[in-house]
Amino acid sequence: MADVEEHLLYTKEHEWVSIDDDKTVTIGISDYAQEQLGDITYVELPELGDELEQFEQVASIESVKAANDIFSPMSGEVIEVNKELESEPGLINKSPYEKGWIARVKISDPDEKNNLMTAEEYREFLVSSG
Amino acid sequence: MDTQTSLKRTPLYEAHLALNAKMVPFGGWEMPLQYEGILAEYEQTRKRCAIFDISHMGEFIVEGDAKISGLERIVTMPLSDMPVRTSRYGTMLNEAGGTIDDCIVFRLETEKWFIVVNGATTEKDAAHIRKNLTKQSTFKDVTFDLGKIDIQGPLSRDILKALAPQVTRLAYFQFDFFDLLGENVLISRTGYTGELGYEIFYPWDKTEKLWKEFLKNDKVKPAGLGARDVLRLEVGYSLYGHELDETINPLEAGLARFVDFNKDFIGKDALLKLKEKGLKRKIVGVISDNRRSPRQSNKIFSENDEEIGYVTSGTFSPSVTRGIGLGFVKCGFEAQDKKIFFGDEKNKNSAMITSKIFYKSGSLKN
Repeated sequence: MADVEEHLLYTKEHEWVSIDDDKTVTIGISDYAQEQLGDITYVELPELGDELEQFEQVASIESVKAANDIFSPMSGEVIEVNKELESEPGLINKSPYEKGWIARVKISDPDEKNNLMTAEEYREFLVSSG
Repeated sequence: MDTQTSLKRTPLYEAHLALNAKMVPFGGWEMPLQYEGILAEYEQTRKRCAIFDISHMGEFIVEGDAKISGLERIVTMPLSDMPVRTSRYGTMLNEAGGTIDDCIVFRLETEKWFIVVNGATTEKDAAHIRKNLTKQSTFKDVTFDLGKIDIQGPLSRDILKALAPQVTRLAYFQFDFFDLLGENVLISRTGYTGELGYEIFYPWDKTEKLWKEFLKNDKVKPAGLGARDVLRLEVGYSLYGHELDETINPLEAGLARFVDFNKDFIGKDALLKLKEKGLKRKIVGVISDNRRSPRQSNKIFSENDEEIGYVTSGTFSPSVTRGIGLGFVKCGFEAQDKKIFFGDEKNKNSAMITSKIFYKSGSLKN
């Protein structure tokens, strides 16, 4: 069973978001997502200053076998990206919730978190989607 | 899912589940994609030794003289001059010169042949061969009599030698029959990885015993189709359904050296006409400028943004730490070291045309 971190919020596309304070969040992909993708070999990061819309593409992740789009859990402006992923994309496999974070975002609408799942809801979602 | 229930299973199906393999449909079979992970299994094969379940491949036995049986006309490589106990790679073509399949033919005896074909095309190939054999021959499909384990990697000879000491005398593309755990079986020094290795054809019901015997050695690990695909792409081997199909002829697929125009074969007239008119496209290697990989059906663009072809296979290559792939480009664009782009109109990645062989330091001919 994939690991689901308690204090995070989740999307149906298996991204997570950590509410760092009332203006900034950190985003990444869940343990379940990295398990499904297998060995990650390339991450196309967003650019600093990119304006993101909730549930629209923020990054692209490639595993040995395939390329996958990653969608932003919330709207806002990219203020930091995890440059380490450029040389070591496998950090997402090893540590999806810590060292494998993708970007930090200055959010434009805190209420958007109501569209996301809690850890408990995400766990149920994983079970029900089999 | 209905498609799941109708998939064929190899004699190692239960063994794969016990190893926690991720199983996927492949050419009508339920096959292991990976166990530990594609990159770890790749590394194991390049540096040490891995075993692969290849029992989905089709196997046929044809008896008869190469020419009189009709077999010489069915395949593009020459058979009549093959020494007994050697094998040759080649293709089977339709009348239009398109590729029905690629295959290896083993000369068991002067007038006895063993043919190994792809799993997804076995039935089609059997029908094609039967139709074109003469009455002076016999044909037998032994696909479900034989399991197949490939043992590949620089340590494979030493590991196999412990069970069958005589295998050390096999040169590349030679085979023979050896006693292996009490069975007299065909072992061939061939493979699909670019490393030293052997393909072992073992009685179907006993294949699991051999698999488990290999895994008792802690230098051996199982590897799945995912690693196999990376390994074969790094050495530029074609995969049927990608670089070859019934609309692709072996000349444009870069397999001219496996086509013998000094003999008669099905599709020869069509190939000669195509040669005379000039080929339209040519297979090339594609090497990405970064870690992003070309992917099947990506478009290929010239430096001037003209669409010139498409990608047939792609992957991340651990040995060059960049994306690599194979694809077809219009003739005139196949020169190496030319800058290209792959992707689609909206998202292009820069790359170069290169040799199909991305990995050159394998143990294949050690």
